[in-house]
Amino acid sequence: MAGTEPAAPASAAAAEFLLRRHRLRPAEALPWLIALGAYFAFPDYMALGTQILITILFALSLDLILGYAGIVTLGHAAFFGTGAYAAGLLSAKLGWSEPLSGLAVAGLCAAAVGFVSGWVLLRYRGLALLMLTLATAIMLYELGNARADLTGGYDGVTGIAIKPLFGRFEYDLYGHTYYLYALAVLFVLFMVARRIVYSPFGQALIGIRENVRRMHAVGSPVHRRLVTVYTVAAAMAGVAGGLFAQSNAFVSLSALGFERSATVLIMLVLGGTGRLYGAFLGAAIYMLLEDSLAKLSPEFWEFGVGLVLVLTVLFARRGLLGLLEDAWRALERLWR
Amino acid sequence: MALSPPVLETRGLHKNFGALQVARGIDFSLERGARHALIGPNGAGKTSFVNLLTGVLRPTAGRVLLHGEDVTRLSQAGRARRGIARTFQINQLFRGLTVLENVCLAVGERTGACNNLWRPAGAGREVIDEALGLLQALRIQDDALRRVSELPYGRQRLVEIAIALGQRPKVLLLDEPAAGVPSAESHLILDVVDSLPQDIAVLIIEHDMDVVFRFARHITVLVAGGILTQGTPAEIAADERVRAIYLGEEAHG
Repeated sequence: MAGTEPAAPASAAAAEFLLRRHRLRPAEALPWLIALGAYFAFPDYMALGTQILITILFALSLDLILGYAGIVTLGHAAFFGTGAYAAGLLSAKLGWSEPLSGLAVAGLCAAAVGFVSGWVLLRYRGLALLMLTLATAIMLYELGNARADLTGGYDGVTGIAIKPLFGRFEYDLYGHTYYLYALAVLFVLFMVARRIVYSPFGQALIGIRENVRRMHAVGSPVHRRLVTVYTVAAAMAGVAGGLFAQSNAFVSLSALGFERSATVLIMLVLGGTGRLYGAFLGAAIYMLLEDSLAKLSPEFWEFGVGLVLVLTVLFARRGLLGLLEDAWRALERLWR
Repeated sequence: MALSPPVLETRGLHKNFGALQVARGIDFSLERGARHALIGPNGAGKTSFVNLLTGVLRPTAGRVLLHGEDVTRLSQAGRARRGIARTFQINQLFRGLTVLENVCLAVGERTGACNNLWRPAGAGREVIDEALGLLQALRIQDDALRRVSELPYGRQRLVEIAIALGQRPKVLLLDEPAAGVPSAESHLILDVVDSLPQDIAVLIIEHDMDVVFRFARHITVLVAGGILTQGTPAEIAADERVRAIYLGEEAHG
């Protein structure tokens, strides 16, 4: 009962079962090939493309905490905004304009805010946590407003410049270089997130999401686990914010705003939570929809976005990616 | 004679919820390798007592000692890491995960494997092998890679015990382990309970007197938050007050 030695084949099969999920599947190349293909196919849309990549990274960071650890938040823009201001002010006020170190500073600053706020807030769950994250983000927003001398208030920070990437690659007017730069950053951080999600730590997060009560009972340091992932996610959101500031050469208070927190949540739910690529799909679909609908009807485009969200929540609980998975399985069954 | 302290002990344990007293000065001890049953009518405070032992509830007064060491102020997780494991009357499982992953979580949290953010979960073979070994001992190894939510309820009850054993406990608190299981299958669970390792002190909360008398070497009767009496099964069976309570209960149906 203290446990017998398992038969070797059973042990190998179990390990294989767990490792298989961690291995890259061929289908996972698809979004990256599309992102790379877009670079060649739509050279005039690189500015929009860059913003989509940045938003995917932001949504991915939310998925780590919401989709895996079950932390509901309406204040995630706090970290995005912190990163954006960190990278922006570093260049505009301190004259430090090397892009990669700018992103590192953005990530570190956001991680610090994430660690401190997470330490305090993550003792709460559910509605209380939702309200507390919202209130924290609003406080940060008002802090930015009060220190308009630093943040530029509603006018924002201007005069953000970035040096050529690795001292070599200049940025062109159409944002081609920056698109590839953002794609590379997204790819690296995506792989980091993927690694974390399939680690034993990631399993513990899922355990907390599935049944926090039992996790306490088996001796899991739940608070520490949540603060850890919250800090990692804050850092990622901060890097997204840093990319945002660098690519736009501008940051305003909207980077910290409630609307950004709410929108990223909508995108993630649209794409599907707890599956990493849901962030990819949700952010891309939302922003492309927004772009095309806004052209169609500048006044009422939000109605269209709202309709898609309602339909998703009603008929595709697991998001668009869940819908795709179901469709794929149905096709597979037909094939046989 | 130098007695080693009991594995788990409470002294003058009180717990009030407003005017309601769920524990009234409970002095209780569990020896190493004990097979102890806690019985009492509904609302006697049995589950509250388990919650006080495991740290879900903080007592209003009194102390909880583990190996003679005061753990009254220690969190639930802290006590779990020191060797108190429990199962729940109503399953508390990770329903979306496989049986193997359920047990791996308990093992991984105990060994510290879950602190690792970087290594793939499947690479931790020692965690997997320990979890599989437990599933084998409980004869549910064939379900290892099935989702818990797909299992029949009786098997889920075994997973409930497997998780607790994954903690390598010194004290195991079983809250009605066979609750909700069809009687035709309950022997599977009781067999497991019977064959638990001898060095683990086991406290079982149970309504079924057949189970209690089959399993326990010592019985504590809890009534209205206080200990009515304690003794061997024979002493308890002969106790008029206990019989009155249980006969009374049966008369109510």
